Amino acid sequence: MNNKLLLGDEAIAQAALDAGLSGMFAYPGTPSTEIMEYIQASEQAAIRKVHRTWSANEKTAMEMALGMSYSGKRAMVAMKHVGLNVAADAFINSALTGVNGGLVVVSADDPSMHSSQNEQDSRFYAKFASVPCFEPSNQQEAYNMVFDAFEISEKYRLPVLYRITTRLAHSRAATQLRLPMEEKQLQLPQDPLQFVLLPVIARKKYRTLLETSETLRYENRLGKYNVFRDGKNREMGIIACGIAYNYLIENLKDRDDNFPILKITTYPVSTDTVKDITDRCHSVLVLEEGAPMIEESLRGVLDEGIRVYGRLDGTVPHDGELNPSIVAKSLGIGTPRGKHVSPLVKNRPPSFCKGCGHADMFNALNEAIGTYPDGRVFSDIGCYTLGALPPYNSIISCVDMGASVTMAVGAAEAGLFPSVCVIGDSTFTHSGMTGLLDAVIRNSPVTVIISDNSTTGMTGGQDSHATGRLREICKGIGVDAEHIREIVPLQKNHEDNVRIMQEEIRYNGVSVIIAARECIQTAAKRKKQSSNLA
Amino acid sequence: MKSDIIISGVGGQGILSIAGITGLAALANNMYLKQSEVHGMSQRGGDVQSHFRLSDKPIASDLIPFGKADLIISIEPMEALRYLPWLSNSGWVVTNSVPVINIPNYPEVDRIIGEIKKVKNSIILDADTVAREAGSVKAGNVVILGAASPHIDIPFSDMEQAVETFFKKKGNDIVALNLKALRAGRKLSQNLK
Repeated sequence: MNNKLLLGDEAIAQAALDAGLSGMFAYPGTPSTEIMEYIQASEQAAIRKVHRTWSANEKTAMEMALGMSYSGKRAMVAMKHVGLNVAADAFINSALTGVNGGLVVVSADDPSMHSSQNEQDSRFYAKFASVPCFEPSNQQEAYNMVFDAFEISEKYRLPVLYRITTRLAHSRAATQLRLPMEEKQLQLPQDPLQFVLLPVIARKKYRTLLETSETLRYENRLGKYNVFRDGKNREMGIIACGIAYNYLIENLKDRDDNFPILKITTYPVSTDTVKDITDRCHSVLVLEEGAPMIEESLRGVLDEGIRVYGRLDGTVPHDGELNPSIVAKSLGIGTPRGKHVSPLVKNRPPSFCKGCGHADMFNALNEAIGTYPDGRVFSDIGCYTLGALPPYNSIISCVDMGASVTMAVGAAEAGLFPSVCVIGDSTFTHSGMTGLLDAVIRNSPVTVIISDNSTTGMTGGQDSHATGRLREICKGIGVDAEHIREIVPLQKNHEDNVRIMQEEIRYNGVSVIIAARECIQTAAKRKKQSSNLA
Repeated sequence: MKSDIIISGVGGQGILSIAGITGLAALANNMYLKQSEVHGMSQRGGDVQSHFRLSDKPIASDLIPFGKADLIISIEPMEALRYLPWLSNSGWVVTNSVPVINIPNYPEVDRIIGEIKKVKNSIILDADTVAREAGSVKAGNVVILGAASPHIDIPFSDMEQAVETFFKKKGNDIVALNLKALRAGRKLSQNLK
């Protein structure tokens, strides 16, 4: 027996390797990052030469995985939930093309927004695309289900969505491993038009997809994970999805409430499965981590059927992550609570590390733009988003990857001056480059500051596609070379940096300022590694 | 038998190492284990915590319910107070007394310590000084783990073994330093009792 202590993320990665994975494709994003990191550090992956380089963004990751699947091999894509928005075009359409080698798309949701800008529930994407979805409740299931996900993907020739949430992604437990399977051989699809979504082909494929998605409701490899446990209590049955099941059991394990319980961890769910509960009980409590998806479909528009308790009637809070105490309350079980938190305890928001280059960049920028009361700095997602907080209060937006550049362009066209934006190096190559091209084509008077720390910092220091390439990329996109300025954000350069920023703010066209200084975390890590080697 | 432990501190203080070491020791004892960690944004100097659950029976929830924690291990005093709603009436708080002041409105340290002392069972120690004496202030987290070890249902020899395994990659000196820190922390907390 091979037992390993694994994070949920790591269990998925290890299972993919053991299921004969040929390529792992991902862009870093909390809470999904550790899936790729595990495979990059894995000896097994190195020996088998599993492809495991970070992608520019989630869309390119999804497309590369689809290409690998086209060629008959097993591929996995991993991203955070909002990354699936970026990859959505490729993802939704891959349900129509179908796959060849097994293709599993992992989307790690972040209810309560621990490290995210929203808490969207990826299960809707599976429904939207009409593809099967797995939602493991614990580390062992996270491991086991990957094998079935690949099998289902190949059997029905569909991509499979694999939905986890923060708590499972970042919680560790002993996980029992299976013997590894062989990698698949290169084998091209027989139908040369399978991946050609011309309308005439796509219409046929869509009808096939609709039929398949009905068949899926009765697929045992999915259905076996939706487990019904009968109980004598006919007043109320409980449907618990994914990790919510753990919180339910935590509360019921020492009690004899005898609720009939249906655990749902795969979708689509068959009518018969749900009827196990609704035929027996007068009411049903639905516990879901994320949006009330099953609850809504049970209620329907009329909501005249069985009495349903859940997030929509306030039995469970409508937003936010579940926990055992919230579930206890929904069951009417009293929970003891320790002492209240003393008012002495203050919030400790995340902040720039001591010596961070972003901080020196914001200090200079604040001074440079300070003379313009209407000046605004747009931004987006990375460590530099912390520039929105005191003492900097520099940036006024964080919407999505790359939106800093394009929002600045739109605002400049509305007449805002100065319209400035701050974007990180990795975010720039993720989704900022196309926006910069827009700015160049429109000769928009914006100042783009690329705060280049040569890494993907917020997620723990993964390689950045931008490292060493920023000037050439900006030149290639068409920014006037005279207005691509490079500065080193250090206190000793403060005055020069302010002056350069002011010059470029005054320039009536697109300028880029590359503020380059390595992330102090990755620099420290690198130093440590090289001294260990010495 | 079960130990539900909240490990708390500020991002970068090494709470994941405490969890990692205790996890190794628990596995050696064939115990069930669930350990929920914080990754991502909060690691940048924010408050971080790990829910760490050990049991001789299977564990359902990755998170500890309110009022059920047996122990709070904190590498920072104000962070110890943040998790009191999880602590059971008979639970212990073992915490470092040395604050991490990275916010402008950090309260007076004496008042923080006074508040911790109001908890029925608490051990407050200057782990930084003990760690420095052991060889490096960085081992403060292991000192705190040593001080908490009498309240975790794992034989101390297994904890020592786990420290060795955990730091083996970093060389013998680092192993020795951390063992010293672990033992010093344990001794100190036993003397305080």
